[in-house]
Amino acid sequence: MGSFIGDNLYFKITQKDVEFTIPNGFPKPLYDFKNNNPTPAGFVLGRKLFYDPILSKDSSISCGFCHQRIAAFAHIDHPLSHGINGLIGKRNVPPLQNLIWNTSFMWDGRINHLEVQPLSPISNPIEMNETIGHIIQKLQRNKEYTVMFKAAFNDSIVNSKNMLKALAQFTGLMISDNSRYDKYMRGEDTLSATELKGLQLFRDKCEQCHKEPLFTDNTFRNTGLAPDTNLHDSGVAAINGQMKDMGKFKVPTLRNIEMTYPYMHDGRFRTLKQVLDHYTQKFTRESGADPILVKGISLSEADKTNIIAFLKTLSDQTFLHDRRFADPSGHY
Amino acid sequence: MFRKIIYSISIIAVLVAAMSFTPPSAAKLIIRFHNYVGDSPMIFDSVSYKNQLGQPYRVTMFKYYAGNFHFKNKGGREYTSKRYFLINQEEPGSMQITIDSIPAGIYSAIGFTLGVDSIDNCSGAQSGALDPVNGMFWAWNSGYIFLKMEGISPVSNSNGKRLEFHIGGYREPNNCIKRINLELKHTVTVGEQTNHIVDIKADLSHLFFSPNPVDFSKLSSVTDFHNARNIADNYSTMFSVMDEGK
Repeated sequence: MGSFIGDNLYFKITQKDVEFTIPNGFPKPLYDFKNNNPTPAGFVLGRKLFYDPILSKDSSISCGFCHQRIAAFAHIDHPLSHGINGLIGKRNVPPLQNLIWNTSFMWDGRINHLEVQPLSPISNPIEMNETIGHIIQKLQRNKEYTVMFKAAFNDSIVNSKNMLKALAQFTGLMISDNSRYDKYMRGEDTLSATELKGLQLFRDKCEQCHKEPLFTDNTFRNTGLAPDTNLHDSGVAAINGQMKDMGKFKVPTLRNIEMTYPYMHDGRFRTLKQVLDHYTQKFTRESGADPILVKGISLSEADKTNIIAFLKTLSDQTFLHDRRFADPSGHY
Repeated sequence: MFRKIIYSISIIAVLVAAMSFTPPSAAKLIIRFHNYVGDSPMIFDSVSYKNQLGQPYRVTMFKYYAGNFHFKNKGGREYTSKRYFLINQEEPGSMQITIDSIPAGIYSAIGFTLGVDSIDNCSGAQSGALDPVNGMFWAWNSGYIFLKMEGISPVSNSNGKRLEFHIGGYREPNNCIKRINLELKHTVTVGEQTNHIVDIKADLSHLFFSPNPVDFSKLSSVTDFHNARNIADNYSTMFSVMDEGK
């Protein structure tokens, strides 16, 4: 008998690997693991599902295809999402981290719960273009999966509920809390003078929306970006039909921002410098820009350099190299 | 062999004990849904119906969620059963539901939620009637479709002359959850050892009629918040208790 790659100690998941405690200084998560207590078997099942293209109609695309570990599970260097048959989506792939603190999901908040989030890319015709019913049939026919569902859940059933719970165990534990910023806040590391200046500027000029320690306030705002005349993306308004929500998108977290380029909901900016340049502009009332942005944020070129230096302290090498989230099949 | 006998005896003992501990006042109530279009029992595909404007249409799909059944007894006390059921015209077995362990008593009104309560739209992965494999969960905008009607009409301007009414939404101002309250003409006495049946008529024609008449040439598809609330106001009057004498 040969050994399976899953037997490799690097990929082995123990009870310790799936234990969750609220990181120091973080608020109580919105997703309650009490209703879906992570276990090694559940996590390993979630990991297998995350990296398995079986979730797409023609077995070409997995979650991990767009959500790359090296980019905090964003799609590095891709302005817009890619999907089945080479189709291109309308929005930039968001990173997956600290999801259990999210009040909603997607750039427009259309998804209300971590567990049902995968249903959206699965059924989107330009992403995975599959139905949940067909996926469950495919999983029920697959011996490896039936064994894994049995190990992961008391009722042993291969159904959508257990599939989504397993995925939530895997993605819910994607937690970034060990960047240099975090270590500095815990008194375990120091920041350079430039980085500290950047932190101070950040707290004065950016913190109102990008609230520490999650670096988002989970709100939706219009950042004054000129509408893209090809994409015609009206943001939250497309979901609820409210004109007041035209052009509003979620305030994204800035954790691991160094790795998640390009930026904004449509990936229009390649660099952080371009993002900051955008925010120093003044916006017209007609642009619909958020009141805090209308007058423009005043930043000197030196200020921008300092803020960018600070933002790079949010890169979390522990998270980016966490073996628990690596793909044991070696696809990605 | 001896061990087997002991085993059997202990099983019998457990069963007897379980039976004697069943609360004496619990009973079952069966509710049968009957889908109609006006005065005619609903038939898919082959039968052509007319809306209030005289526009012909055929029905190819009709299903809806009913849950949170509540029963009011003569003293005004209410008993609620939390469970959801997906009533699907295509599956005869889904048309009859059983409410277990309803307290014995004389009931004068019953009701239910047409749709899915807001909390159950936001509770993550669910199974049974609420399993997304049933095709009643919107993946693009989390939340359940409460009622799905599909069909065809020669006056429809949609592709294939289709009619598509997928109604859902739990957030204001597009909240489509409706609480249905039905007075029983004759009270129903629920007690032990009898099967009590209440027959409820669901009249699809209401969906296109009142208070918001639907002209299929102008509105043949409702699949998001646009117009959903208007259709929901229509379906709130869709149900009635059928004559218990029948």
